[in-house]
Amino acid sequence: MTTATVTGTGGRRVAGRRRSVLSDRAYRGGLAACVLLFVALVGWFVVAIVIQARPAFSTLGFSWIFQKTWDPTHNHFGLLPAILGTLETTAIAMVLAVPIGLGTALSLAYLIPVRLRPPLSTAVELLAAVPSVVYGLWGLIALAPIWRSTVEPFLSSVLGWTSLFNGPNSGNGLLLAGCILFVMVLPTMVAISRDVLAVVPVEQVEGAMALGATRWQTLRKVVLRDARTGILGAFTLATGRALGETVAVALVIGNSPYLAHSLKSTAVTIPALIVNSFGEATGTFRSALFGAALVLLVIGMVVNSVARLLVRRTARTGVASVAVA
Amino acid sequence: MSTLVLDASTDPILERRRRVQSAATASLARRKLASRVALGVCWLALAIAVVPLVAVIAYVVTKGLPAWSSDFFVHSTVPEGVPGGGIFNAIAGTLVIGAVATGATVPFGVACGLFLAESEGRLAAAVRFVADVMTGMPSITVGIFGYIAIVLTTGSYSGLAGAFAIGIIMLPIVTRAAETAIRGVPVTVSEAGFALGARRSTVARRVVLPTALPGVITGVLLAIARGVGETAPLLFTIFGSQYLEWNPTQPMDAIPFVVYTNSSQPYPDLVQIAWGAALLLVAAVLVLNIGSRLLAAWLRRERA
Amino acid sequence: MTIDPEVATGGGTVTADPRTTGAQSTDTVMRLEDVTVRFGGRPAVRDVSFDVRTDAITALIGPSGSGKTTLLRALNRMHDNTRSASVTGSVRLGETDVYASSTDATLVRSRVGMVFQRPNPFPTMSIYENAVAGLRFNGIRKKSLLDEAAESALVAAALWDSVRDRLKAHASTLSGGEQQRLCIARALAVEPEVLLMDEPTSALDPVATSRIEELVGELKSRVTIVIVTHNMQQAQRVSDDCAFLLMAADRCGELVEFGPTDVLFTHPRDTRTLDYVNGRFG
Repeated sequence: MTTATVTGTGGRRVAGRRRSVLSDRAYRGGLAACVLLFVALVGWFVVAIVIQARPAFSTLGFSWIFQKTWDPTHNHFGLLPAILGTLETTAIAMVLAVPIGLGTALSLAYLIPVRLRPPLSTAVELLAAVPSVVYGLWGLIALAPIWRSTVEPFLSSVLGWTSLFNGPNSGNGLLLAGCILFVMVLPTMVAISRDVLAVVPVEQVEGAMALGATRWQTLRKVVLRDARTGILGAFTLATGRALGETVAVALVIGNSPYLAHSLKSTAVTIPALIVNSFGEATGTFRSALFGAALVLLVIGMVVNSVARLLVRRTARTGVASVAVA
Repeated sequence: MSTLVLDASTDPILERRRRVQSAATASLARRKLASRVALGVCWLALAIAVVPLVAVIAYVVTKGLPAWSSDFFVHSTVPEGVPGGGIFNAIAGTLVIGAVATGATVPFGVACGLFLAESEGRLAAAVRFVADVMTGMPSITVGIFGYIAIVLTTGSYSGLAGAFAIGIIMLPIVTRAAETAIRGVPVTVSEAGFALGARRSTVARRVVLPTALPGVITGVLLAIARGVGETAPLLFTIFGSQYLEWNPTQPMDAIPFVVYTNSSQPYPDLVQIAWGAALLLVAAVLVLNIGSRLLAAWLRRERA
Repeated sequence: MTIDPEVATGGGTVTADPRTTGAQSTDTVMRLEDVTVRFGGRPAVRDVSFDVRTDAITALIGPSGSGKTTLLRALNRMHDNTRSASVTGSVRLGETDVYASSTDATLVRSRVGMVFQRPNPFPTMSIYENAVAGLRFNGIRKKSLLDEAAESALVAAALWDSVRDRLKAHASTLSGGEQQRLCIARALAVEPEVLLMDEPTSALDPVATSRIEELVGELKSRVTIVIVTHNMQQAQRVSDDCAFLLMAADRCGELVEFGPTDVLFTHPRDTRTLDYVNGRFG
């Protein structure tokens, strides 16, 4: 072999070692092929669902997505109840998760004794990894009876003047599903927020305190402001999780495809609707279900893209950050 | 404190100082109260958050442990009313699906991660973004994709379809974890390989990947934990089965599947099994997560 | 209130300092007595006593590990945030006992400001917002007051001319030296009686360093300064009084000697001081 000339850090320009250059190119080409295959897979994912949903769109047009009546036996596939149910359960979950999650994250990052911070933070991250079906089982068996016997009557008596609590105590429904979702996304919201709050540089905190700020003034004007992008990202990720959740909601929401008129009434979300009807669905019905899945897909892509654009700025580096979703 | 400066009464600095101090003292009570209230609210939030989360774990443990018997782990599903039922078939199913999904995902994901770690261009940035977005997609859509891709084309439900769907969920996680782990390998290590005249593929295979291996394993463990816990993708792909089935081309059962289907049954025996399966699932996920953390901590210590 | 020169320098000869006659006072703004700081029971710096002269610059010098920064941070109760820390002895700010239970730490910090080693302007705030941040924290809202204070402080920090047209720009658009001067302005806006400076130039390049040293000399008439520096030449250039700390055998810092700078550097009482200022160690 002739003399080898190594240039730069890539070491690729090696004079005379033609075999080496070819194999390098093959190596890079092989890796690129894998990545393109990955992208193709994602593309197939979207296209496959679009194809299956097409019959519904060509038969029914586009307006069915926003219609109120879901009655498969008469070929009515109004998706509005499911869409609203999805939005309502998620809204309930996030209305609870944001203040409680943020307050908890602040406590974990700044208020609890320093020695307790690592174990409790780990505990929250482990809770975020608990599968959602476990929350669903707990909600159905453990929480629903208490809901029916205690919580719903209490809420009706105290807040019944708003018409939010009309209807029978059925032990399932919109509010219960929303609360289960809240419990489910809480660890995610807390874990990511805590991470973002904890990496605010200590010099910032000290700088504020040295000016005569109280603890809350420091947290509000310096720490929370610094972390606001990351917290928004945590919020969006948690919302994405809540929007797409299937099993935890399907078990307790009652699955009635009508517009909910009170927080106690049964309702349906898009994932729950699909799961419950998929087995027997044929023809246009099935295609409509694929269409519903497509709607969910689009919502999921939008919300997650926004979340990832925000969360990129957090300091959560390393391998663990990618598994939280 | 007093200074001997003669025109103290008109010194603007002293005037400003007096003003600041009087404002500070006047507002002190209000500021301290606000601080105390706000911090109290944070503590309250912590207390409220703790209740349901501890309740979930407590319930799963107290209701699930009684279900754990030797029958539970060794026997397969039996009809309602017959004693001695277990979830061995579900455990087997989860193992098969997990093994197939991991076996397909890890090489593919590591290759993609290697590409991403070595590239800076716009393609790489786009792929990275797509992978990140995919980690948060609703798992039911992934299940539906598995149905379309495998069940419709092969004509039957199977463990393979389930593994496909779980693989789609795991793939972006493994990819990003591999990329992070490979980027963590100091560039001096790979430079040493190149300086010896080795080809890029050799350097990658013999030098970079072995060094990145603990980090990759950390990510793979987390991906497996996420994958085996998912239920919705399985609902459309594996169909479930009462019988022990090791053949991935057949319909089979899985642990999360059991939890879901049994939980809404009116029979207490079956609900009991659901709790036991849920506890097993939680335990498995915790073990994988904790193992992954321990590995990551060991890695940090070794590298420091 | 005048100081007994014997007490101030621990006995020994005192040359008449021309700066202490005339308009310059010999009053004490801050008095330390047997100040000891412990972390988890172990002392980090102990039994420090000296008086800080009003409108003078007092430097804390000594090799690293001698407890200078720990002592400095005890003067504005920054150790309150560290649960394992305890401060004993007495720190008097004018008539106030800084560590009395009836004394509020946030009020102390509005009277004793601090500038840190690395410039730490608030990144989400503009230059103007940074300058008035301290005033806002202390309950001052009126825009006219804030504007006036901001301008005065930025002028005093020699920053006004370069930022007057871009007060709304983010603080991160400033260079390192400018950021540190912004931090100084931010601290000055609160009009503290004492300004603590913890090695304020060690993170800056030589040009920025000399500009800040110049600034510190000019600020003397407005606020008393206590500055920690590991740079002996800086201490000699800038300060009126010096406290030399050294780490003892048990790894706890002690005050070796305190006195007017020129005395300390030319004929100190302690041989350790002599060795240090002659560069024989540290």
